[in-house]
Amino acid sequence: MSVRGPQQVLELARVSRTFGEGATAVAALRDVDLTIAAGEFVAVMGPSGSGKSSLLALAGGLDRPTSGGVFVESTPLAGLGLNELARLRRRAVGYVFQDFNLVPTLTAAENVALPLELDGTAARKAGRQALDALRQVGIPELADRFMDQMSGGQQQRVAIARAIVGQRRLILADEPTGALDSTTGHGVMEVLRCRADAGAAVMLVTHEARHAAWADRVVFLRDGRIVDQAAAMHDPTFLLTQAGL
Amino acid sequence: MSIRHSLLALLQDQPRYGYQLRVEFETRTGATWPLNIGQVYTTLDRLERDGLVAREGDDGGGHVVYSITAEGAAEVQGWFAAPVERSNPPRNELAIKLALAVTLPGVDVQAIIQAQRVASIRALQDYTKARRDTAANQRTADTAWLLVLDSLIFQTEAEVRWLDLCEARMVQQAQSAGQSAARKTSNGVTEDAAPLNADNRR
Repeated sequence: MSVRGPQQVLELARVSRTFGEGATAVAALRDVDLTIAAGEFVAVMGPSGSGKSSLLALAGGLDRPTSGGVFVESTPLAGLGLNELARLRRRAVGYVFQDFNLVPTLTAAENVALPLELDGTAARKAGRQALDALRQVGIPELADRFMDQMSGGQQQRVAIARAIVGQRRLILADEPTGALDSTTGHGVMEVLRCRADAGAAVMLVTHEARHAAWADRVVFLRDGRIVDQAAAMHDPTFLLTQAGL
Repeated sequence: MSIRHSLLALLQDQPRYGYQLRVEFETRTGATWPLNIGQVYTTLDRLERDGLVAREGDDGGGHVVYSITAEGAAEVQGWFAAPVERSNPPRNELAIKLALAVTLPGVDVQAIIQAQRVASIRALQDYTKARRDTAANQRTADTAWLLVLDSLIFQTEAEVRWLDLCEARMVQQAQSAGQSAARKTSNGVTEDAAPLNADNRR
């Protein structure tokens, strides 16, 4: 039994996820242990099929493990009913999906305010918080635009604003820079980094080393197992020797 | 790296003495390539011998000040105008290591790739952190350092992508080796897929 401190926002304890049964069963994750503390930014890398997206789905309660436990702020997700799980997701967890998942008939601000309103926040208060989130991702002036009036990069910023609106303690992002040019991708990483610096736990799934490098810790997955981790050293002499001379 | 041309370029800006050249060079490149002061003086001697710089005399504080000659200025102009020459292909220890590893029996290539990947990502994390810190309190002088950091970030990223490719190739090879080995097994017993080390290619 591991100790879960108050600072620990996410804990995956010996988590396995198997799809199918018997001879055709495929193990997507095998005995994965991973914790993310408040203020920590963790990137998960690995080849396609290594279990990255399965890990993210379990972390956010979108899927349940075959065995092992998932804890968000010390709450075991296994003990929650569907409604409680949905409430936890709306209040504490923010997602950024690869394909945005925005509602085309709503404006940017309405999309961002949606999880708050679903959770019972008054419309005006939700609207104010939505605008604040849009400001954090640098597009407050686009609050009244509909999705078909925005570029891919702008839509992705809306999706990120929706993930960070309110005080989300856990932010989960699945290849959030997939369709973006490198400057916009850089902006997305800046927003995630800022949220972590402000105390959120951030988990990013990516195959881009350049983006993973924004994290405090990089976890390598292979065949459903964590095979390695790299933590930043932030040592200036290391920087010099690595520069090649 | 051409120290010779770098020093010439700095002298074109204004006459300077050895220590000033070293400080100026390191400031503009974010101290990424520390210069040995002995290297600076040796290079200045050679530049003087070749008529590209001239001694202007003492600055009053015991420092010998150098200035660029017309020939030196032409040399700098030529340096900036010409693309950087690629030494045919630049020696890359990692590429050499992997090329040897895949051809030698008993070497765990995948372990080499993974160890390198962790090291490269770690370097990338540090460059990224340094870039964020520099960009956050940007002064004009930092622009040069930001460019150098960007260059290091892109180089390291390319290295990681190349490692991914190497690994994917190894997996493919091991799979096709495994398949042909399985076909050759006439008694119907299927062999395990070949693990990723060179032992299986013997």
